[in-house]
Amino acid sequence: MKTSRSVYLDHSASTPMDERVVEAMMPYLSGIYGNSSSSHRFGRDAEKAIEDARETIANIFNCKPSEIVFTSGGSESDNLAIRGAGWGRRYRNEGNHLITTPVEHSAVGRTVAQMATMMGFEATYLPVDPNGMVDVETLASAFKDETTFASVIYANNEVGSINPIPQLAEIARQYNVLFHTDAVQAAGQLTLDVEVLGVDLMSISGHKFYGPKGVGVLYIREGTPVTPSQTGGSHEYSLRAGTHNTPFIVGMAKALELAYSEKEAHLSHYRALRDKLINGILSGIESAVLTGHPEQRIPSHASFIFEGVDSSTLLMHLDMKGIAASGGSACKTGNPEPSGVLLAMGLTEAEAIGSLRLSVGRQTTESDVDYAVETVTETVNKLYKLKENM
Amino acid sequence: MSNANTRVVVAMSGGVDSSVAAALLVEQGYDVIGMMMRLWSEETVDSGAHNRCCTPEQMSDARRIADSLGIPFYVLDTKDVFRNTVVEYFIEQHRQSFTPNPCMECNRHIRFTWLLNNALALDADYLATGHYARVSKVDNGEVLLKKGLDDSKDQSYVLSVLTQEKLRHAMFPIGEYPKTEVRKLAEKFGLPTASKQDSQDLCWLGDGDYRRFLVDYAPDVMKSGPIVLTNGEVIGEHGGLANYTIGQRKGLGVSYDSPLYVIATNPYRNALIVGTRDLLGQDTLTAKRVTWVSDNAPTEAFNAEVKIRYKAKPVSAWVEPLDDDRIAVKFDEPLRDITPGQGAVLYKGDVVLGGGVIERQKTTAPPSSNISLT
Repeated sequence: MKTSRSVYLDHSASTPMDERVVEAMMPYLSGIYGNSSSSHRFGRDAEKAIEDARETIANIFNCKPSEIVFTSGGSESDNLAIRGAGWGRRYRNEGNHLITTPVEHSAVGRTVAQMATMMGFEATYLPVDPNGMVDVETLASAFKDETTFASVIYANNEVGSINPIPQLAEIARQYNVLFHTDAVQAAGQLTLDVEVLGVDLMSISGHKFYGPKGVGVLYIREGTPVTPSQTGGSHEYSLRAGTHNTPFIVGMAKALELAYSEKEAHLSHYRALRDKLINGILSGIESAVLTGHPEQRIPSHASFIFEGVDSSTLLMHLDMKGIAASGGSACKTGNPEPSGVLLAMGLTEAEAIGSLRLSVGRQTTESDVDYAVETVTETVNKLYKLKENM
Repeated sequence: MSNANTRVVVAMSGGVDSSVAAALLVEQGYDVIGMMMRLWSEETVDSGAHNRCCTPEQMSDARRIADSLGIPFYVLDTKDVFRNTVVEYFIEQHRQSFTPNPCMECNRHIRFTWLLNNALALDADYLATGHYARVSKVDNGEVLLKKGLDDSKDQSYVLSVLTQEKLRHAMFPIGEYPKTEVRKLAEKFGLPTASKQDSQDLCWLGDGDYRRFLVDYAPDVMKSGPIVLTNGEVIGEHGGLANYTIGQRKGLGVSYDSPLYVIATNPYRNALIVGTRDLLGQDTLTAKRVTWVSDNAPTEAFNAEVKIRYKAKPVSAWVEPLDDDRIAVKFDEPLRDITPGQGAVLYKGDVVLGGGVIERQKTTAPPSSNISLT
């Protein structure tokens, strides 16, 4: 092989598990195998682990343990929040109007869209500014008597911008509208204190903060009417049926605990590397534009567009140079669709096709970033030349 | 250069041939990268379509094979350039009542230009495909293009458009094997596609019916017009010249004393010219857009074997190079189905010398015809 270097810059897609997390999970992968619903000792051992995990997470969320619901990940949490609150309030004849934005993760966007097209709900998509952000006045002007629910992403997965969740949630409360935020990208880096944020519902996913994949949380403020989207046993206060995934729940709690106890050290590491990436790429590539808000963005996240470059070709070249990155849309089918997020921000299709996301992590080194800046610069400039010659 | 330091991009389709090609290259120790082109194709005509290229299923087959070989695999968006070259060419040629060979155009513009450029940009030294053909270097440094070892599967005809600058970067790993051996190799390598069908030409069609495609995408090509005897007598109406090929007898929909055959078409009058069997056949043709495999194009006339269709037998002929990248060919015996638009490919034994696109022959009209065929 012509390359041996391997630089992972896709931490927004997923993170490696922290070794301490793996260690915490190990006993529950073999020795402690009981079903947490069983009343015998085996069951009680599992139940204790799960309730300890719930308490750990509740401390970080600044909420009651009973407001924490374990799910299979961010997508399920989003689905449970939207379907649950949408149907829950409609059942009570409180209305059927849902509000969201065009820059959500598809777990939110497609769920709202399905409820609007197939289930008789009404949906409004708020306009966003060129950084992909929503402002309070825009949300306020969208409320109607029928509005029951609003969902706005906390930190955007494609462009990294952070929305003013406390202000948005506050105005929603004034209008008696339930407010949900998808905090999947924010978790591990931004505050998840639900009293500060003021949200009624909030989704996170374990593998974005050095925990396991396939496990997540939906925070549900006490008293929020949520209809379960998966029925069965009475797990999770009958809101989410299914035997608990004990090792993964334990691992997620451990990961979240570590992420917040060591937060300041990690974030300053991320910021330094991210800024180096951004400065290097903006100065090396003439056409490069930073997408998302220049300051109000997640510390680990850098995103760009290179107009006229096909991002799937760029990713292929970077992969061959050992750099793992992602484009606006994770496209493996040769059928690139311009990212809806970028189009909603007012970019053209030609701009949107040429997007690149680089996200740093705990193991990323300065030399990794130097290599990435050099390689991205070289490759993008090469692709411009290749295009000219075809 | 050792194989490990030689990077080869292999064009993968998910089918047997290109999968075995990839596996052979891996076995030979090359630094192999799999690529699949997402070509333009019609929106699915019906969900039971069997002939479409680049389906999600083929894509995931190719990806699975690449994964099992431990090589990187990428799908490239080739839709626009394929649509604008190969598909447009197909339509435009039919508009002029030629019968094009789109695979040749694809090898010319897509595989060995667009894809090759992408491969070279990725620091590859070679582009490999699953064609049944062979390349070999000779003493003067040139690369010969040869027929595949298995004559019944030989695909050198559609590769005859390649010149030295392309062939220097070309590899055809399965060209050294008979088809039966390739299937065995697929089993040996444990490739999950071992029992699958070969791919089809006209890969972008939703249902394999190019006539229906022309009606949908270029209705002006499928205009009805007169069916005319070589003496000028109109004896019926046809539904579009693209429905017919030279030498065709069935499906003309006219009755006459003796069986009638398609002798020629006249696109300027949108006329289908038919006649009796004895009028079929000619022993000369001219071809345009001629390319030569060697950098040293012949200047003198020479004897060669010529194939006038993908599946035709090569037949002995005298070939004379003309100006403007054209050739004149005189066959030892007349041929019944010389078809304007198809390739005339020149061989010396197993070696491909070059080829061109068959022109409409002025001589196809017998002297008695009052319809100008130019």
